[in-house]
Amino acid sequence: MNKFLKAVLSGILILVWSGAVYGQEVTREQIKGLDEQVQEIKSDVLSIAAELNQLEEKLLYPSNTQISIFMALAEGEQFRLDSVEILLDGQVVAQHLYTFKELEALQMGGVQRIYTGNIKIGGHDLQASFMGKSSGGNDLERSQSFKVQKDVGPSIVEITLARQGITFNDR
Amino acid sequence: MYQLVIFLTSLWLLGSSALAASTTVPEELGDLYFGEALYYAFQEEWFDAIACLDTELAQHHGLDQPELDSLFQYIDQAEFDVGDFELAYRMHQRAGRAITAVINGNVAEEVRNEAIYRLARIYFQKNQPINAQHALDRISGVVPQEIHDDLMFLRAQVDMATGRFTEAVTLLQDLEKIKGLKGFSGYNLGIALLLEGQEQEGFRQLEINGQISGDSSVTLAIKDKSNLVVGDKLLGEKKFIAAKEVLDRVRLEGPFSNWALLGSGWADVSQERFEQALVPWSLLLEREVTDPAVQEALLAVPYAYGKLGVYSRAALLYGSALKAFGGEIDKLGASIKSIWEGKFLRALLREELKQDANWVVKLRTLPEAPETYYLLELLASHDFQESLKNYLDLEQLRRKLETWSGDLDSYMEIIEKRRAYYQPLLPEIDTRFRLLDSQMRLRLEQRNRIEKRLQAMLIAPRPDYLATAEERIIGERIIQLEQTLSSKSAAIPKDITSRIRRLRGVLDWNIYTDYDQRLTDAHKNLHDLNQVVEQLQQQYDSFVRIRQAATQSYQGYDKSIRRQRIRITAAITQLTTVMARQGHMLETMAVNELTQRRQRLEEFQIKARFAMADSFDRATRSQDQKRTEQ
Repeated sequence: MNKFLKAVLSGILILVWSGAVYGQEVTREQIKGLDEQVQEIKSDVLSIAAELNQLEEKLLYPSNTQISIFMALAEGEQFRLDSVEILLDGQVVAQHLYTFKELEALQMGGVQRIYTGNIKIGGHDLQASFMGKSSGGNDLERSQSFKVQKDVGPSIVEITLARQGITFNDR
Repeated sequence: MYQLVIFLTSLWLLGSSALAASTTVPEELGDLYFGEALYYAFQEEWFDAIACLDTELAQHHGLDQPELDSLFQYIDQAEFDVGDFELAYRMHQRAGRAITAVINGNVAEEVRNEAIYRLARIYFQKNQPINAQHALDRISGVVPQEIHDDLMFLRAQVDMATGRFTEAVTLLQDLEKIKGLKGFSGYNLGIALLLEGQEQEGFRQLEINGQISGDSSVTLAIKDKSNLVVGDKLLGEKKFIAAKEVLDRVRLEGPFSNWALLGSGWADVSQERFEQALVPWSLLLEREVTDPAVQEALLAVPYAYGKLGVYSRAALLYGSALKAFGGEIDKLGASIKSIWEGKFLRALLREELKQDANWVVKLRTLPEAPETYYLLELLASHDFQESLKNYLDLEQLRRKLETWSGDLDSYMEIIEKRRAYYQPLLPEIDTRFRLLDSQMRLRLEQRNRIEKRLQAMLIAPRPDYLATAEERIIGERIIQLEQTLSSKSAAIPKDITSRIRRLRGVLDWNIYTDYDQRLTDAHKNLHDLNQVVEQLQQQYDSFVRIRQAATQSYQGYDKSIRRQRIRITAAITQLTTVMARQGHMLETMAVNELTQRRQRLEEFQIKARFAMADSFDRATRSQDQKRTEQ
């Protein structure tokens, strides 16, 4: 077998048996060491995020005025959700256009917090609308109005979208 | 296509990151915040998913009665999921700690076994197969059905990594028929058999794996890879006919096609079938010149022509190869320079790339970006991928920290505006409130006294307590009259005494006979008063809450914000240092790879130069000989 062939076979072996080879300057220990430092930073930043979330909630959304609106798709729904609009007391408080990843996450059962804000204690009008396309390609447009009762504690509202309509759950 | 190369070259790590996000939604999701964490996780937004679930878990564990919390019934899954998300976010240390906590907790056997499996997976992923083995040894009893096959596959992988090939072979043989692992278990079985020393059996297995049915891109790619390994082995054993047959099974458009075409050509050459060798090699010459197999073909094709005695054509092709190598060497030099100038890292961070699944290939089309085709193999390596992901994660964190830093400024502004609004208003409000508060307290005390008295009257009736104001006045006047008359020395006329007694009698009669009705009315009035008091109390509570909220809207944040600012600044400083190191490491890896490829091309250049000169000589000699013969 000539030297060309040997070179080719060694090339194939590199491809088959291993990943890329890089020089001596980057050692596995260096990679590991840096990886551990990155993990520490991630941990720190997550802890900052947790404290900031608490601060933000306390400062911007105190519990006696806080309202959170969550969006979910009814189980098994496969229609393509394009957009959602939420009105609270006649004011648009949330509008969202869905990416494919977001839609997929909703279809898998994830729940989107679409709005967090402040309202006074008492009754409020909430209107939820969505636009999309059915699996057959027809346009879908639904809109429904509900009444939200805000008490002293944080108000949690769950809106579930389905082809047939929108359901509402005030927790 | 290129993602497949990346995927397949790290087959030994299969089952680690891909399985990290195996989260599913509970049948009835009663905790919306948990659902929100899953929403982020399903989009692979790991940071947000962890932050969300961490907050929810911390709140749950801080409750006096966690069993009343909506997360309670999903707590095991939530604990697992946060470990899973951390694993997917490559926070192996934290994920390991979280999962160990579950293992050591008071949990069901199935839950414990699943936790150990996940821990073992972390160890394996972190290149610690011995620890993974120890963890797996702790699994006993019932294993959840949904992880059964993955657990077996992990055991096999760990066995292979720890040199226990016989055990790995046994496990992989059982997994061969599992649909979800189609191709992968067969490939690993072949490799395990080879490493165990059963060469023939191993290659037979790989050969079988090279002919499995299925038309998914992953199945086709693993078939190609199996065939390539077998073909390579047969070439090494000088079984050229069989080698060619196997190599020709590799798809012409697959990720391994270039190497297969090259090997197929060499199988022909080894049988001195030079013309046949030109068929696969000529195909290669039309492909991307940065591919190592194509570069080798640039030398192989003129070599075959030389062997066929077509020296002039060989010389010309060597000349073309030289030109191509020169061009590529220049390109590589420019790429190395651009990497050291920081263009590689800048290109990696470009937003538009993240939207494209084929971003590695897209990278090269960007202006001033280095030649990434040469980096494909490097990009496929586990270490580079991990380093790259870390770098991108650090960039994401850097942006978050900068945004948060800006948010803190906005918070301060909000606080100052609130302070400016509330502070002047509150003293006057407080003064008025104190006045109203003292009035309210007085009235409430009165009400309480009345209630107490009425309660006592149910046991010991006191009609006099229920005399009307008019009756009281009349009573007082009667007493007054009696006192006036008795103070005079003269005797009181009888008719006056009897009139006074009659008046008192009428008064007492009314008070005593109306007592029951009056008592009922008094209770009714108290009930009405209670309703008013309740309303008053609500207004009072509402005022206190709002008053408290007004103070809390601007007081007590300074320390917290200052602390966050310090933490964010420190994190940015630390992050910048680590990011620079991580970036330098990526650049070094890339430059090393490019340098290696350049050196290889320089060697090819030398070979081509000599071969070209030799071919020219031979061509000249051949022409001379022909001329002499003529």
